[in-house]
Amino acid sequence: MVTKILNKFYTVLIFGFLYAPIAVLAVFSFNDSKSTAKWEGFTLDWYQSLFQNSYIMKSLYYTVLVAVIAAIAATIIGTFAAFGIFYMKGWKQRAILNVNSIPILNPDIVTGISLMTLFVALNIELGLLTMIIAHITFCIPYVVLSVLPKFKQMPAEMLEAALDLGATPWVAFKKVIYPEIKPGIITGALIAFTLSIDDFVISFFNTGNGVSNLSIAIYSMARRGIKPEINALSTLMFLTVLILMLILNKRTKIEEI
Amino acid sequence: MIKRLSSGPYLLWIAMFVLVPILMIFAFSLLGKSPEGGLVFSFSNFSRAFEPIYISVLVRSLKIALEATLICFLMGYPMAMILAKMNPKYRTTAVMLFVVPMWMNFLLRTYSWMTILGKNGVLNGLLSLLGLPQMTFLYSEGAVLLGMVYNFLPFMVLPIYTVLMKMDKSLIEAAEDLGGDKKTVFFKVIFPLSLPGILSGVSMVFMPAVSTFVISNLLYGGQYMLIGNLIEQQYLVVNDWNFGSAVAIILMLLILVTMAIMNRLGGSNAEQRGVNLW
Repeated sequence: MVTKILNKFYTVLIFGFLYAPIAVLAVFSFNDSKSTAKWEGFTLDWYQSLFQNSYIMKSLYYTVLVAVIAAIAATIIGTFAAFGIFYMKGWKQRAILNVNSIPILNPDIVTGISLMTLFVALNIELGLLTMIIAHITFCIPYVVLSVLPKFKQMPAEMLEAALDLGATPWVAFKKVIYPEIKPGIITGALIAFTLSIDDFVISFFNTGNGVSNLSIAIYSMARRGIKPEINALSTLMFLTVLILMLILNKRTKIEEI
Repeated sequence: MIKRLSSGPYLLWIAMFVLVPILMIFAFSLLGKSPEGGLVFSFSNFSRAFEPIYISVLVRSLKIALEATLICFLMGYPMAMILAKMNPKYRTTAVMLFVVPMWMNFLLRTYSWMTILGKNGVLNGLLSLLGLPQMTFLYSEGAVLLGMVYNFLPFMVLPIYTVLMKMDKSLIEAAEDLGGDKKTVFFKVIFPLSLPGILSGVSMVFMPAVSTFVISNLLYGGQYMLIGNLIEQQYLVVNDWNFGSAVAIILMLLILVTMAIMNRLGGSNAEQRGVNLW
């Protein structure tokens, strides 16, 4: 009994710790003052000025644009890569998988500066293009790692059988292999998309020319102090995530049944 | 033939954007300034990294990352146990609610502590309500530590929770049937079996903590606080890329050593770890 109460108390404490900052931001996003110390009355002004803030809106556009392009490109390159890697032998496969894990294991800051070094050395101007290339680069390994296990689960002779029965390689891929690995592709694409949306460090080093994503916008605004628009933005983002998770949760529950 | 062709674009891509950049920072780190002002092969960047001021940055990074890891473990292990033992009816929702803050933008999560700890922040507001003197919470090492624990706590809880959920319950029952009291069962059975989860958790907290520059920039503000700040400053402010590369390589080695230790202790494959998170 005592442990039960203790468990409940601890759970409340930890969840309080996790949610208190988010709640504070949400409450003060409606505060009729720049201060986060005192409640001055209710207002929706910050939401209005958020949507009128062209810097934030442009960053939102770039965030989505980069995430969509990076996710699609990384998924295509990564899926075909997994196909090739699966049929490789011995040391070759191991060596490539080791290289594949470099961007996953390396600290973001090292990936960020090394790509930046490359772009500058090649005289490519930092901007949208370099940011997209960087995002594709750090997304591909996750796609490979989520598609590869699906190949391993597939009966080994499937491709040979299809080819023997007269399918062209493309038809064999589309009709035989693709349905088997589809869940892995979807997982990979989702991981790539969320990683890209969330990235700060690598984008920070590999962008320029006025192109910035939401993370960079938040960072540069936060460095100059507290901005109520950010509170409004964070409340909206939290609600988006919460709703998405609730939908996902509902759907997985239905599938479980 | 198609098997070989299909990974072609990938191989080109990672060669160009993964291998070449890493080799380039290796090369950069080994180029020092010669007395005439040109660049020559030397280890001067590395020897500079071991000067007292930079050693203190390294030590501070390690210390604060280890502290954050330890606090996350002490806070996270009980939480993982509670989640694992929870009534299945509430468990999915509880785990989901636990994950939601993690899916929010990392910058926003860190920024939120600025509004709480800041000079005109919530905490000071509460203090003045109680008639107490104002205090500075922000821009201290404690604030950075708090930011790390807040951001990385789920990384500790989730792997431990996964291991606890997968654990063969009959082993625990056997231990109880054989007369083990609660304490013995925990320390002799549950805890050792959860070690792989703990090790994943430890590396998933330690690695981002030791290499961050965002948390320290926002919550501390100083210049050379952590290794991450040092690298960022060298690249974006001081423009000494050779020295910055050398520090980056030291950071990479640090991460490699940590991973080797974790693998030696029996942690699972690092690649699986990265995927398990999702």
